[in-house]
Amino acid sequence: MTTAAATVEAPRTHTGTLVQVGHLARRSIIRTARQPAVVVTSMIFPLFLLAINSSGLAAATNLPGFPTDSYLTFALGLTFMQGALFATMGAGQSIAEDIERGFFNRLQLTPLHGPALIAGQLAGTLVLGVTQGVVFLTVGLAFGAGFAAGALGILVMFALAMVISVAFGSLGMAVGLRTGNAEKVQGVFPLMFVFLFLSSGALPRNLLERDWFHAIATVNPVSYIIEAYRSLLITGWDGEALALGFGVGLAILAIGIWAATAALRTRMERT
Amino acid sequence: MNPTSPPAPAAFAPKGAHLIIRHARASWAIAWRLLYKMLRNPAFLLPSMLMPVFFFTAFAGGLVAVSNSPGFDYPSYTTFQYVFVLIQSAVFGGVFAGFSIAADFESGFARRLMLGTRGRSALVIGYTISALARAFIVWGVVTVIALLAGAEVTGSGLDITETISVAMLTNIAALLFSCGVAMRMRTMQAAPLIQLPAFLLIFTAPVYVPRQLLEGWVAFVSDFNPLTAVLEASREWVIGGSPEALLAYGAAFALAVLMGIWAITGLRRAERAA
Repeated sequence: MTTAAATVEAPRTHTGTLVQVGHLARRSIIRTARQPAVVVTSMIFPLFLLAINSSGLAAATNLPGFPTDSYLTFALGLTFMQGALFATMGAGQSIAEDIERGFFNRLQLTPLHGPALIAGQLAGTLVLGVTQGVVFLTVGLAFGAGFAAGALGILVMFALAMVISVAFGSLGMAVGLRTGNAEKVQGVFPLMFVFLFLSSGALPRNLLERDWFHAIATVNPVSYIIEAYRSLLITGWDGEALALGFGVGLAILAIGIWAATAALRTRMERT
Repeated sequence: MNPTSPPAPAAFAPKGAHLIIRHARASWAIAWRLLYKMLRNPAFLLPSMLMPVFFFTAFAGGLVAVSNSPGFDYPSYTTFQYVFVLIQSAVFGGVFAGFSIAADFESGFARRLMLGTRGRSALVIGYTISALARAFIVWGVVTVIALLAGAEVTGSGLDITETISVAMLTNIAALLFSCGVAMRMRTMQAAPLIQLPAFLLIFTAPVYVPRQLLEGWVAFVSDFNPLTAVLEASREWVIGGSPEALLAYGAAFALAVLMGIWAITGLRRAERAA
């Protein structure tokens, strides 16, 4: 009898998890869409930096060994990466606000599964990442950026953008769950920019003259993500760059999910 | 001596002097409160300190190859970026102080300050003093790091004083701007509105390369950006060159006066709302 009941229970639980993910995903997407300040800021800042850099650093294209004669094309990869960093903060802040406002405690009173919470919360980040990608690419192409990989390359670029957004979003979630404080999440945000600026984002690695900077950029995973985006924009199809970009993105995603799950477990125990 | 309590005005002082002394005491009390908060809790000081250090590391370290571009005529890229970071931290010293003002309004503390202060411009002066103090701390740290990294400061004592003077004026202008925004909005939601124009102003000046190497829209905008004059003059002073000093002082002073009007009208609006 008990065994039979368990057999019946199992598929219901599975469906329940998917339904839970669906509900939380819907809430996360609506919540993201209802925060125009977050959406606009996460697009305006990267586009602003793109506009500044493509004009201010145009002289760099005259350097021997620079891969393209358009700094705008070169800098677009950095813009995608920057957008993903904003996703980190968005995801972290959302969960931290849920904790601060007591919504998280109420969720715990429901038979909610941990993975459902994480997956659902990341849905908003994913939608934001895709929206950013559309805006960044449209603006870039409208202002004359090149795209060497063609139409299929655009699809690959969006796939990469989705992986990277969710990967960094999961890191943000881990921080949000660990700290439970939106202000602390904001405090961590500038640290993410350290990774962005100490990378090959502004110049290709072969043109980084300072040895220490070159070494940091080489071990910095963000360099490989930017270089994957850039390969589609400048080179066309570069299997190695793409494999490294996706590989790094998936590795960060795995770390982020693991950290978020661990933080969630700790928080649930605490509550 | 308790730093929040300077000596009381002498009983025989004329009425005008009483008012000035009372005003100065209120300004100092507000400034001291912020300084105390900043020194007791490094979390308030760290972002404004780390940001310029980080920009200096990223730009001076990562973009040095740009100095090989044809037409780049400044002797050292590290020094070139050191001066940028100096002016940037002047602006961000004001911006971060603006966040404190917004937070004070949001928490209701600024309303109590207004009730306790007859001359409310003391609030603006107090916040300005704290922003300047914050900027001096950051400049000290940035300068030590830049010198260790190989920045060549070959200007005379007078040249350095001139650089610091325009940087101070820039810091005051930035504080007055953020003060105006914070007093109008009276919420921390004002933070992006304070930050974004500051970013715009800084990054549409010649940040990475001298003005003659800029291309596109930034080249056009930088010609009209008051920070261009400040930045170019400071870069010259630091290496002992002869910049257009009057233009730099004029631009920084005009910016401070304009922002002063913006801050005072913001204060009046906050008074009406209080």
